[in-house]
Amino acid sequence: MSVKDLVDRYCRVDKLPHIWCPGCGNGIIMGAVIRALDKTDFDQDKTVIVSGIGCSSRAPGYMNFDTLHTTHGRALAYATGVKFARPDLNVVVLTGDGDCSAIGGNHLIHAARRNIDLTVVVFNNSIYGMTGGQFSPLTPAHSYASTAPYGSIDRNFDLCKLVQAAGGTYVARSTAYHARQLVNLIATGLNHKGFAFIEVVTQCPMYYGRRNKFPSPVDMLKWQQEHAVPVKAAAKLSPEQMAGKFLIGELHREEAPEYTAVYETDVIAKARGDIN
Amino acid sequence: MKKLELRLSGFGGQGLITAGIILAEAAILDGKNAVQSQSYGPEARGGASKAEVIISSEEIDYPKVGQADLCLAMSQQACDKYAGNTQPNGVLVLDSGYVKNPPEFSGKMYSVPITEIATSEVGRNIVANIVALGVIAGVTNVVTRESLETAVLDRVPPHTKDLNKKALAAGYESAKNLLQREGE
Amino acid sequence: MAAKTKCKAQLLSGNEACVQGALVAGIRFFAGYPITPSTEVAEGLAEELPKIGGRFIQMEDEIASMGAVIGASLAGLKSMTATSGPGFSLKQENIGFAAMTEVPCVVVNVQRYGPSTGLPTSPAQGDIMQARWGTHGDHPVVALMPASVRETFDLTVEAVNLAEELRTPVIILLDEVVGHMRERVELPAAEDVELFNRVKPTESPDTFLPYKPAANLVPPMPAYGDGYRFHATGLVHDETGFPCGKGADGNTLVRRLQAKVEQRQPKIARAETFQTEDAEIVIVAAGSVARSARAAVKEARAQGIKLGLVRPITAWPFPEEAIDSVAQTAKALIVAEMNLGQMILEVERIAAGRAPVFGLNRIDAELITPEDIIVRAQEVTNNVR
Repeated sequence: MSVKDLVDRYCRVDKLPHIWCPGCGNGIIMGAVIRALDKTDFDQDKTVIVSGIGCSSRAPGYMNFDTLHTTHGRALAYATGVKFARPDLNVVVLTGDGDCSAIGGNHLIHAARRNIDLTVVVFNNSIYGMTGGQFSPLTPAHSYASTAPYGSIDRNFDLCKLVQAAGGTYVARSTAYHARQLVNLIATGLNHKGFAFIEVVTQCPMYYGRRNKFPSPVDMLKWQQEHAVPVKAAAKLSPEQMAGKFLIGELHREEAPEYTAVYETDVIAKARGDIN
Repeated sequence: MKKLELRLSGFGGQGLITAGIILAEAAILDGKNAVQSQSYGPEARGGASKAEVIISSEEIDYPKVGQADLCLAMSQQACDKYAGNTQPNGVLVLDSGYVKNPPEFSGKMYSVPITEIATSEVGRNIVANIVALGVIAGVTNVVTRESLETAVLDRVPPHTKDLNKKALAAGYESAKNLLQREGE
Repeated sequence: MAAKTKCKAQLLSGNEACVQGALVAGIRFFAGYPITPSTEVAEGLAEELPKIGGRFIQMEDEIASMGAVIGASLAGLKSMTATSGPGFSLKQENIGFAAMTEVPCVVVNVQRYGPSTGLPTSPAQGDIMQARWGTHGDHPVVALMPASVRETFDLTVEAVNLAEELRTPVIILLDEVVGHMRERVELPAAEDVELFNRVKPTESPDTFLPYKPAANLVPPMPAYGDGYRFHATGLVHDETGFPCGKGADGNTLVRRLQAKVEQRQPKIARAETFQTEDAEIVIVAAGSVARSARAAVKEARAQGIKLGLVRPITAWPFPEEAIDSVAQTAKALIVAEMNLGQMILEVERIAAGRAPVFGLNRIDAELITPEDIIVRAQEVTNNVR
């Protein structure tokens, strides 16, 4: 499908142009989500996009589906309600690093633990952009932010490890630079029956870049290119060679009972006396 | 009967709240109004426990028991705390196994080895609450025996029905003996 | 068992009756978090909902419960949560979201002693103002205050109906006494209970505007998956549902949200009056305290004191007519409540000096007694003479 056809079909064209700054990676990620959705056989009328609060959480407003722009941090709680109420709906959560890992961190852990069939795409731009550039739990330690004028001393999360440890059954990471890989990883996540989590390292030139010696968005994309190491390549590298770099690709996949399905086969069946 | 207020007290784990519920259900089976309420500490076992039941042929507004017409005390602590808040001409039923120092009381006071009866005559101390119900109903006729037995059997697990039936009968028997002794 | 079927009366607690009301009203989704003294509502629905294909989920916290309830309602299910004091505080932001996005939902708050952890198993009525103003910004609220087990059933049904009709969160303000006390109750057969289901749009998705109100100021509501592809956001939005960032649209929206409930005030707001016609002193009391007040009225009258009772059944909208009427006839009003004076503010506003208003407040974790009320009535009588 041509770009124009994709836009016409999956975007609310009258809501464009979007609010994101020039050079922001959010458009690339939203585009990847749309391309990935197009690769699935999801019914557009049976697909719900849910978000929290922040720059990235504005994405659903531009997307031609049932969409839900919730309160800060709570996208996964709302999405759990939608999915559990109507397991026949496909539910996708678009969220930012602050939304998902700080104020919404507990919901992330528990949605992963339940292995409920949601696909979560985290737009990780290492900063709170909407409020003007404060550090988040994913801001690399020692970076500068408006609330870290002397450099952040907070250690940053590895969110993928967190989700895997909490029970997420599909975990992947990519970057705005690796847009083609990103589409495939999201598409796999969408088709995965269970909790699928895709972290996307992206750029905020306006608030992260300017404070942290990235003169232009291109410099930030270059940084992504140079620091992202595919899982296979990383296997051949020593810890010293991996220092300061991060893994991209599929990090974890397993089959495990999905929450809404188990509710049917276990709880409802027992309550009705169909099984003991 | 216009209105009867009962207070069942002891320690957590003695089944007093269940006993209160059963008593209220029996009253309903008798066609009366009933309100049951409770207070308990946060711990499920061992703390102080109190169930209150009001039985009336009329509407029950205020749901709490003030000066009780009957007070059951199945621990010394409960007896010390609640016996005094009983109508001067009311009824006090004490588990003599636990209440070693009965209070001065102007009404009728019955000391019954309730838990001991449950353990030795019925075979399980966990049915002491049902023995207590038998004693209370036996000495006061607050509910009919038929309704009480139905209410007990409706509430307890199926495999314990016989045990509880036996416990209730033991309570009634003990009440009968008490009343007989009183009559002598 | 024979006796049980012969007699339809049963012994239920307020919390248990709330469960029964929810099931009859068509609640098919419950998300909650354990908290005393409301937990029996969650426990009851955990057992019952799966039997009828409904959904029960215990969430990771109070905030998540409220979020899940809103999500489920948008997906088309009648949805509810139950909580108490601290949990009610935590839910407030999402309650505001439901008001702003017009998502029907019911929040049961079994009031307990506060602030903070307070006395978890003890009663209070300290959340009357929080129910009205707990979330930020102007917003409509409906809050109901049952005084008996049967009324808890009835008002739970009504709460669900009102939420569906008005597309707004409805709060059931139980108190610990009514929630935990068991009493004899006869519940109506499910088929005799009137239900309201949210109005769905009849327009095609091409021309449908999700926030264009019908004549009653409430927009029809599709469910996710119905093919309308609508957007719900807590941002100020226009009739399309999309954020517009304009104060003028906020003005239109928030005034409509307020008006859709306000214009039904006469239908929703109500109070029960008892012996007020010739009453010299009228007690205003709600929930469990109203039971004490009723007993006090009977007892006082037996002693020759002309006491009456107004029992607000709705906290919000407040039953203004009932207060207005006794403010004209009584020598004084006494507002008895288990807080330091919340409902009294509404009573004073409506009485507007026509009758003096006195408080009777207990915050020692005990239910106000009929004696407390009679003593206060005697004090007030001496005062107004």
